[in-house]
Amino acid sequence: MPLKAVILIGGPQKGTRFRPLSFEVPKPLFPVAGVPMVQHHIEACAKVPGMKEILLMGFYQPNEALSRFLVSAQQEFKVPIRYLQEYAALGTGGGIYHFRDQILSGGAEAFFVLNADVCSEFPLQEMLEFRQQHGDMHSFVILGTTANRTQALNYGCIVANTGTQEVQHYVEKPSTFVSEIINCGIYLFTPAIFQHIGEVFQRNQQELALEESSNGWQRAEVIRLEQDVFTALAGSGKLYVYKTDGFWSQIKSAGSAIYASRLYLNQYSKSHPERLAQNKPGGPVIRGNVYIHPTASIDSTAVLGPNVSIGEGVTVGAGVRVRESIVLHGASLHDHTCVLNTIVGWDSTIGRWARVEGTPSDPNPNDPYAKIDSETLFRDGRLTPSITILGTLLLVTIPAEVVILNSIVLPHKELSRSYKNQIILCAYAGSTCCVQGLGSNFVCFSTKGHYQHHLATPTLHYLLSATPWKVLAHLQDLGALNVPVMCRQLTHRNRLRALDFSMIVTA
Amino acid sequence: MRALILVGGFGTRLRPLTLSRPKPLVEFCNKAVLLHQLEALRQAGVSHVVLAVSYMSDALEAAMREQEQRLGIRISMSHEKEPLGTAGPLALARDVLAEDGEPFFVLNSDVICEFPFAALARFHRQHGGEGSLVVTRVEEPAKYGVVVCEADTGRICRFVEKPRVFVSNKINAGLYIFNPGILQRIQLRPTSIEKEIFPAMAQDGQLYAMELQGFWMDIGQPKDFLTGMCMYLQALRAQHPEKLHSGPGVVGNVLVDPSAKIGANCVIGPNVTIGAGVVVEDGVRIKRCTVLEGARIRSHSWLESCIVGWSCSVGQWVRMENVTVLGEDVIVNDELYLNGANVLPHKSIAESVPEPRIIM
Ligand SMILES: Nc1nc2c(ncn2[C@@H]2O[C@H](COP(=O)(O)OP(=O)(O)OP(=O)(O)O)[C@@H](O)[C@H]2O)c(=O)[nH]1
Ligand SMILES: Nc1nc2c(ncn2[C@@H]2O[C@H](COP(=O)(O)OP(=O)(O)OP(=O)(O)O)[C@@H](O)[C@H]2O)c(=O)[nH]1
Ligand SMILES: [Mg+2]
Repeated sequence: MPLKAVILIGGPQKGTRFRPLSFEVPKPLFPVAGVPMVQHHIEACAKVPGMKEILLMGFYQPNEALSRFLVSAQQEFKVPIRYLQEYAALGTGGGIYHFRDQILSGGAEAFFVLNADVCSEFPLQEMLEFRQQHGDMHSFVILGTTANRTQALNYGCIVANTGTQEVQHYVEKPSTFVSEIINCGIYLFTPAIFQHIGEVFQRNQQELALEESSNGWQRAEVIRLEQDVFTALAGSGKLYVYKTDGFWSQIKSAGSAIYASRLYLNQYSKSHPERLAQNKPGGPVIRGNVYIHPTASIDSTAVLGPNVSIGEGVTVGAGVRVRESIVLHGASLHDHTCVLNTIVGWDSTIGRWARVEGTPSDPNPNDPYAKIDSETLFRDGRLTPSITILGTLLLVTIPAEVVILNSIVLPHKELSRSYKNQIILCAYAGSTCCVQGLGSNFVCFSTKGHYQHHLATPTLHYLLSATPWKVLAHLQDLGALNVPVMCRQLTHRNRLRALDFSMIVTA
Repeated sequence: MRALILVGGFGTRLRPLTLSRPKPLVEFCNKAVLLHQLEALRQAGVSHVVLAVSYMSDALEAAMREQEQRLGIRISMSHEKEPLGTAGPLALARDVLAEDGEPFFVLNSDVICEFPFAALARFHRQHGGEGSLVVTRVEEPAKYGVVVCEADTGRICRFVEKPRVFVSNKINAGLYIFNPGILQRIQLRPTSIEKEIFPAMAQDGQLYAMELQGFWMDIGQPKDFLTGMCMYLQALRAQHPEKLHSGPGVVGNVLVDPSAKIGANCVIGPNVTIGAGVVVEDGVRIKRCTVLEGARIRSHSWLESCIVGWSCSVGQWVRMENVTVLGEDVIVNDELYLNGANVLPHKSIAESVPEPRIIM
């Protein structure tokens, strides 16, 4: 049976909780267990017999990283892979509707749709068999899994007939408990799905025509599979859920990328043990599941694992310890450093005897149905340090012997001391910004050229020499919307107002 | 000559070290605090030392017998039934102190400096008054009780507690010499020598101050213990540089017991004391720490401003800083971070301590 697969990769304005990691590389290409996040999807799709083509769909501008990835993945998995770019964010249903001809070309009888930001065993073959077994080849199948009662509210919730597994009720992120069965963001459709999406499109068009807005046509094409389509299909006898006990997690935050790496590395140990590093004479000590890129250079006295992924060209010095971490390409860990629960960014350097540590945000280990919480960096304008990643470093130089604890350090920054529970931003020459983690945050301006740290109150502190509003826009991207801002110069105040920070205090 | 050392109570401020050992027996720069004092007293011609204690301690008793042998002096204990303060113990030991009619020394047990006992005795004989005390200069007199004295003779005019305006920068260093006559002023009851006896002596023009040269520190609490260690090692650098350790990976003033073992690729110092039988494995970084006898620091750990108690084991890739003090026989698991932790003896630490606290 000819099959296709669509992977929804979103676009640059999506995946805000994944920042700052997605500043450097599109989120779907962020390495998880040593390979780009969506390569796991592609590998699973390519294994399904009859897979004719895999389509990545999103609203990223075509870019070199993506093209290079597509070329190498095609070679590796021997299946045509293309990127289809939406002219605007069309939602999880709008894109596949817009490109329906491309999906069906070549006579595809059925196709999978997969969210890019999930990690899963991808039981695609099982979904096909399930459809076969319950007898209706024209039905649609959602992959479902069990969550606990509180966390289920963060997902699409599914009520199904216990015998037939027919979906009777679907609701996206309800505010009260509906069901423990949640939507995994992995679907099996037949071409008939386009009639149902088409109905939503027609209805949107009619409604928007009444509004006579200029871009009504465009907005009519924005369709959400979950709220607009599944909710309507529930109870119609066409939508089924296939429940899996296999591993599954969303990858929304950097912390969940470390967790997803653990799940995939664990899968490698069963399916592809050759991908995992082994203890060998003259090699580093490996504890548990570890991925090491063949170009990385690791000293034999280093101790790695469990759950460590070491990227391309990484250098790991003597007596280095890495656990529960992702080290991105080009990074350099000098002798005796200790890196725990951290994402070490591209080309970062960690000086000897430095310690870089984050707080894991793992799901409750005592609850088999617990999922990882992917909190935003800021909640109500306050930093939530214990929950987020912590210890993310991008193109950063950490000096010898300092400790960096629960901090997020943004690009191109050379630190000069220890930091705890902070976001340290420095994207622009000469400016430093530091966000501390507790209590009420402040943005505070000073025209002095260096960072001061005699702060009595927990503070979002900021020193600038160039363009504060740019750095603040950066912060705003991170979700720091309701942060009181303190500044010394009136000219800055007007620029800041435009940025929508809710409170501006002049010092 | 005779001397009395005010050993006093349980040394709560130096916990958790004093939970395993009486404070005078805690090693400061690889030598029991009390030994620093006993050796200096013997050098100045003291033949009988009284330890004024308010608790019984077999360990202290045994150590004293040993030191009597080694130093060839008499050491006796004077036990108080209730704490008698800093003056009462003199009354209790009156018979010993007055026996030979000579002036006798009195000292606080927590003080570390280059003990100037011979010079103090000379100074005392010269002015002929009833008592002399050693004073030391401090930068911030407002934190202490200061001593105001005549510039030329050293005769003490008065004492001022925590002065709000500058009157003097000299404080009582806790080292004294007295004529037996002082015993007439002291009753056998809890009395403070500083508050009740000295003011009266000053009033009578019988108390003189001699200024201390060199460093001085009250090492009664961990933070000051480490500061005192830095000062002591610096003084050692000036007087006996051969006693300090040198070699690759050694930075600044470092004192290492000959029986200790230090691994490859370590960087030790400045200001580190490593005790007998200590094992420092490969790739360890230590600065501004005291590591007491029998401890083991496993590879790639990083320690700054810590006291590691006897027979402790600090795991690999541990980071300890900010006056972390480990009591005797504490085990710190691999890869932990201890920031200002105060760990009671025989504990096993399995979780990081990111903010200063006591671990019981
Ligand atoms: N092609 C395309 N993909 C999208 C679009 N919006 C979201 N996606 C992708 O679809 C998947 C699901 O996205 P969402 O529905 O926004 O996310 P969610 O899982 O519901 O989580 P929330 O962010 O809490 O809504 C992700 O992989 C997104 O990258 C879109 O407009 N176009
Ligand atoms: N024998 C005896 N010695 C005492 C007594 N009280 C204090 N000491 C000792 O006298 C010296 C000076 O004591 P203080 O400065 O009063 O007290 P401290 O023990 O240093 O503790 P703080 O009160 O925190 O300064 C120290 O060596 C004490 O151990 C006591 O009641 N009996
Ligand atoms: Mg959604």
